[in-house]
Amino acid sequence: MTEISVPSSLDGVEPVQSVRTPIRMEYTFTPGVAAQTYLREFANKKILGVVSPVDGAVLVPPRGADSRHGALCDEFIEMPHTGHIGSFCVTNVPIPGRELDLPYISAWIFLDGADIGFLNLVAECPPEECRIGMRVEAVWKPDEEIGMTAENILYWKPTGEPDIPFEAAGVRGWHVGKEDQTNA
Amino acid sequence: MGTGGELAAVVGVGMTKFSATRGDVSMPGLVREAAQRALEDAGMQWDDIDAVVMGKAPDFFEGVMMPEIFLSEALGCVGKPMLRVHTAGSVGGSTALVAASLVHSGVHKRVLTVAWEKQSESNAMWALSLKQPFQVSINAGAGGYFSPIIRQYMEATQAPELIGCMVAFKDRQHALLNPYAHLHQPDLTFDQVVESPMLWEPIRYSETCPSSDGAAAMVIVNEEEADKAENPAWIHAGAMRSEANNFPGRDEVNPLASRECAEDLWNQAGITNPREEIDVVEMYVPFSWYEPMWLESLGFCERGDGWKLVESGATHIEGGDLPVNCSGGVLSSNPIGASGMIRFAEAALQVRGMAGDHQVEGARKAMGHAYGGGAQYFAMWVVGKDKPIA
Repeated sequence: MTEISVPSSLDGVEPVQSVRTPIRMEYTFTPGVAAQTYLREFANKKILGVVSPVDGAVLVPPRGADSRHGALCDEFIEMPHTGHIGSFCVTNVPIPGRELDLPYISAWIFLDGADIGFLNLVAECPPEECRIGMRVEAVWKPDEEIGMTAENILYWKPTGEPDIPFEAAGVRGWHVGKEDQTNA
Repeated sequence: MGTGGELAAVVGVGMTKFSATRGDVSMPGLVREAAQRALEDAGMQWDDIDAVVMGKAPDFFEGVMMPEIFLSEALGCVGKPMLRVHTAGSVGGSTALVAASLVHSGVHKRVLTVAWEKQSESNAMWALSLKQPFQVSINAGAGGYFSPIIRQYMEATQAPELIGCMVAFKDRQHALLNPYAHLHQPDLTFDQVVESPMLWEPIRYSETCPSSDGAAAMVIVNEEEADKAENPAWIHAGAMRSEANNFPGRDEVNPLASRECAEDLWNQAGITNPREEIDVVEMYVPFSWYEPMWLESLGFCERGDGWKLVESGATHIEGGDLPVNCSGGVLSSNPIGASGMIRFAEAALQVRGMAGDHQVEGARKAMGHAYGGGAQYFAMWVVGKDKPIA
């Protein structure tokens, strides 16, 4: 090891072991056809899905391809603004960069007729009353605030309708009536 | 049967002490510490190594782009083949399997494999909560992602609410037997685990893994080299699988890729009854409930019965017939990229009889397991005290 001599004025000063150097990077993200089409209609308060050409599965938000088969999905359909909770988390941890009152409920929302869910906020519901299978509807931002962003829906709130049974809620819904298919 | 090709064995294992901040070493110093210990254990010098295979979690967890490049000198890679493996949280396991494959294939005789994470130089919680373009930012870290999956397991099995706390308490007890473990909490009581705050309900604070600095390394050699070693851990089987994280009908609790990976593994190892034939398991359990969930997925019990194994004490080192995570597991040390390799390395230590105070007496076959991403990447191996039967 090389001996390093430091000025006597630094005698007894604790050696620096690390420094924090925050860095920042800006990205320009270009959405593909599926995301673009979705966002354009989302700004008109319409929710689009795509249909898998392989087995008719409905993917919301739209994806350019069905990841199970690598199949191009270019058939769009308009979805209702109601659905149910596939599962959820009652979160007591703040999200970096976003202010939400704690605790908040993040839930996998399965729109009626959709075969995959998306993660979103549930409110107007005490955490202890939130359930897998609970029916929910979208609460939109005021019209003047709606634009081409993923955040046009403020949150989802309970509709008060009867729950979807656990066995048919969320991803399990895909298998209802297809019990002979065991591939998942 | 077997992994095919040349036999391979682990003859050197090295780990660092795991802690919240290893401020005394740089990242190169950290990986070198583990690698040096693995070489010493193997009775080798840097020059004896033919190739180096490294793995860590995604670069943005530490904010260092392609760190394998700047770590090459510290790991003696200059002039040698060097590979980096990327499979999210399962990476430590798949890195070991890639290293093993270089030996199974006959390409190399002596391969060094290293995995690490220096979480103190980063913020993985932030990295896992990055706002994605055109998506609602709602997910708070890995706990926020896995909580809804655990909730489905609990509802489907109607498991008692405190099973997760039992796992967490057990692993923290095991950690006291492992001097390298990050969390040493000798005064922790079961009630304290139960009373710890809910972070991502149903996941409590004490049911989550810590954020650790650390590295693990192994030396994997061919049969000719392993025959010279005193107590090699022979690789009986190794398997990897992956799947997308969101598709229609995906079983999130018990992913198809996990089941198929385990099936492949047991077939290779000639194991028909894992519960009976495996002596000790090092399983990737970053959130307590994943122990019963993986016990089921890996075939150690019937679906829906994993929590019963936990409740019966079967997975405890004291008195259990299937001890799980005797090292304290991910719940006691989580240098993310290294966590999978620690599982694989601990399995090797067990069959070599070198696990110290957390040694399972007479262990002859052990399983190492890792998973990553949204429970979508899987890496597993079986190591044994005895050579695999051809």
